[in-house]
Amino acid sequence: MNATKKLSQRIETTQRMKNVFLSVVPPQAGFLSVGAILLTLSVACQSPSTSKTVIKFWAMGAEGEHVQKLMPEFYRRYPDLEVKIQGIPWTAAHEKLLTAYAGNSLPDICQLGNTWIPEFNLLNALENLDDWLASSTAIEHENYSPGIWETNVIDSSVFGIPWYVDTQLLFYRKDILAKAGYNHAPRTWDEWYEVSRKIKQLPGSQEKYAMLLPINEWRPFVITGLQNGSLLLKQNNRYGDFSGAQFSAAFTYLMKFYREQLAPVGITQVTNIYQGISEGFFAMYITGPWNIGEFQRRLPAALQDQWMTAPMPGPDANTPGVSLAGGSSLVLFKSSKKKTAAWKLIEYLSEAPPQLEFYKITGDLPAVREAWSDTAFTNNVYIQAFYRQLEHVVPTPMIPEWEQIAMKVQQYAEAASGEHLSVAEALQALDREVDLILEKRRWMLKWKK
Amino acid sequence: MSLRISFSGEISAETTQRMKNFNKSLSHEIASVRRAAYFFLAPALIPIFVFFFVPALAAFVLSFTDFDIYSLSNIEYARFVGWRNYVQLFKDPLFWKAMTNTLYYVLVGGPLSIAASLGTALLVNSRLIRFKGLLRAIYFAPVVTTLVAVAVVWRFMYHPRFGLLNYALSFFGIAPIDWLGDPAWAMPAIILMSIWKNFGYNMIIFVAGLQNIPAQLYEAARIDGANAWEQFKSITLPMLAPTTVFVSIIAMIGNFQLFTEPYVMTQGGPVNSTLSIVLLMYQQGFRWWNLGYSAAIAFVLFGVILLGSLLQAKLQKRGEA
Repeated sequence: MNATKKLSQRIETTQRMKNVFLSVVPPQAGFLSVGAILLTLSVACQSPSTSKTVIKFWAMGAEGEHVQKLMPEFYRRYPDLEVKIQGIPWTAAHEKLLTAYAGNSLPDICQLGNTWIPEFNLLNALENLDDWLASSTAIEHENYSPGIWETNVIDSSVFGIPWYVDTQLLFYRKDILAKAGYNHAPRTWDEWYEVSRKIKQLPGSQEKYAMLLPINEWRPFVITGLQNGSLLLKQNNRYGDFSGAQFSAAFTYLMKFYREQLAPVGITQVTNIYQGISEGFFAMYITGPWNIGEFQRRLPAALQDQWMTAPMPGPDANTPGVSLAGGSSLVLFKSSKKKTAAWKLIEYLSEAPPQLEFYKITGDLPAVREAWSDTAFTNNVYIQAFYRQLEHVVPTPMIPEWEQIAMKVQQYAEAASGEHLSVAEALQALDREVDLILEKRRWMLKWKK
Repeated sequence: MSLRISFSGEISAETTQRMKNFNKSLSHEIASVRRAAYFFLAPALIPIFVFFFVPALAAFVLSFTDFDIYSLSNIEYARFVGWRNYVQLFKDPLFWKAMTNTLYYVLVGGPLSIAASLGTALLVNSRLIRFKGLLRAIYFAPVVTTLVAVAVVWRFMYHPRFGLLNYALSFFGIAPIDWLGDPAWAMPAIILMSIWKNFGYNMIIFVAGLQNIPAQLYEAARIDGANAWEQFKSITLPMLAPTTVFVSIIAMIGNFQLFTEPYVMTQGGPVNSTLSIVLLMYQQGFRWWNLGYSAAIAFVLFGVILLGSLLQAKLQKRGEA
């Protein structure tokens, strides 16, 4: 009967435990503690300045870090407004914005890379700014480079105001080009190719190259394609047009640099571009304005007056050739309930003085032309090329799929550079993949009709 | 009191009645205990159902649709596409690239990692070693360290010009290697780091396995004149077999899901040389928002891991037979 005894003991224990459990946690306790938490939260959430309108502003990377410094003047003008800035790293920005969209918790105003505008417009998340612009005196689209402004326009409505601009152009070593007989940067494709060949023929240049065309970059290929008149996509952006005549010619032209050893194939040989250009491993490189500061910091002192920037060479005498309209815009979200206040912030950030100040803090090139007349720009020889180039910029196709397509361009440029595929094979395969990416878009366009 | 009486053999009618009542209440009690068990299990079962089975099922359904950024704005823009995602996936060169990279990681990194774990386990279990507890703690420390912090430190170590690793190699006359920038070296670099990060975990399991081997076996072997290597080969390894199977299956499952290391260190580059299946899935899902396609990748990976585990278990069984 030992077993019975044990069992009765166990039952007793269970009973005792039940009692203990119940006495420790009375049924009301749950509600009480939840109530207590709610109370604490509601107390904590009450901000001390209830009279101020709080604008939520998300900004990315360096902009998110530094935009706070422009706020004192804004607060002086609008004492009843408060701007809550949240910085987001670029690498996480896209996910964060989409998640916020799905969770209905977007901010009032946000910095958006201008290639993202079509996507967020498609999600119906962006406020149409036409009416706001019509009644505004602070922002006039004539004050912006047309190519940059265009990146914010969808179906002739404006959805963003350019904040800072960005484009790609040629950085080069003056002394090496001079040795090759050029006292200026190449202005046309012919000059570009010729100077490259001459650099390669310079004594001791067998192991050196004229230009760096990294295979993990799609931009040079897209830029030359656009320069040559290709629209990249065709039939209302429904199919890829990379095997079309214009893009093919541009692609073949750049591939010539790899084939004739004018540009190194593979990125393995160039670990540090600053070291590479200092050593004369290559003499030309296509890159953006952030590299002005890097070149000034990282190139040795002896080379500081031996490098320069120049607008992109064009396919014919009609120079400069176009480059990409990059940069970020400021947008209002449709879901915002404080658009009037947020619009005031956009107007303020679009004035010349804060634009100039922001350039001095971050190095971002101002979108507003007026700011460029400051001595900070007129005295900077490297910036002048960017000013000229910015008058010749065009947007990439304004569809949400563009970034995916750009990655494919990179993938096939890499395959063709290593001669895994011929130019024609690479471009046909690229078009096939792009058509696959655009299948949904084609279906949607049909469905909408 | 009654229990003592029943023990003596004289069961009164009253006692029988009480026993019956007791049995009745006992079965009642068992049922209620069972109910209580489910009640207490519910906090675990409900979340598993809601947060595991439902999403897994949803993902499976998703993998037969073309759910993407368009569908996010309006669910009517999602279509059922049958097997198209899977067909497209098997035609995608990037998928095969990611699969090759992942297999490279699994087949090279996995055995090396297990060898490192076993080696250190033998070391810290050896009778010749002092401060065993301290050593085990040191070897286990990387496991509990945040991978992101580890990655930052290793990026310094891998730096082509200022890194400790290239500095050490320079003493042997080896030219600087661009560990994370060279497509040929990026994956070995990732493997090296992840071995360092993870070997401590399996080491602890091996130590437990080693301590379960009866000392008599070694004594008997020594009496028969077996040397250390013969003892290792004929006693340690066979006796550790179940542990090894467990460790290698768990390691393989984990290795197929390689993600954080390349995500933090290289973002899949250079030239996709460290792009893993899970990283590709992440990019398709959260960078391009092709959730249908991304779900298809998830299920292909699930199939591969399942096959791998079955194969490994089968090979092991054949080895035992």
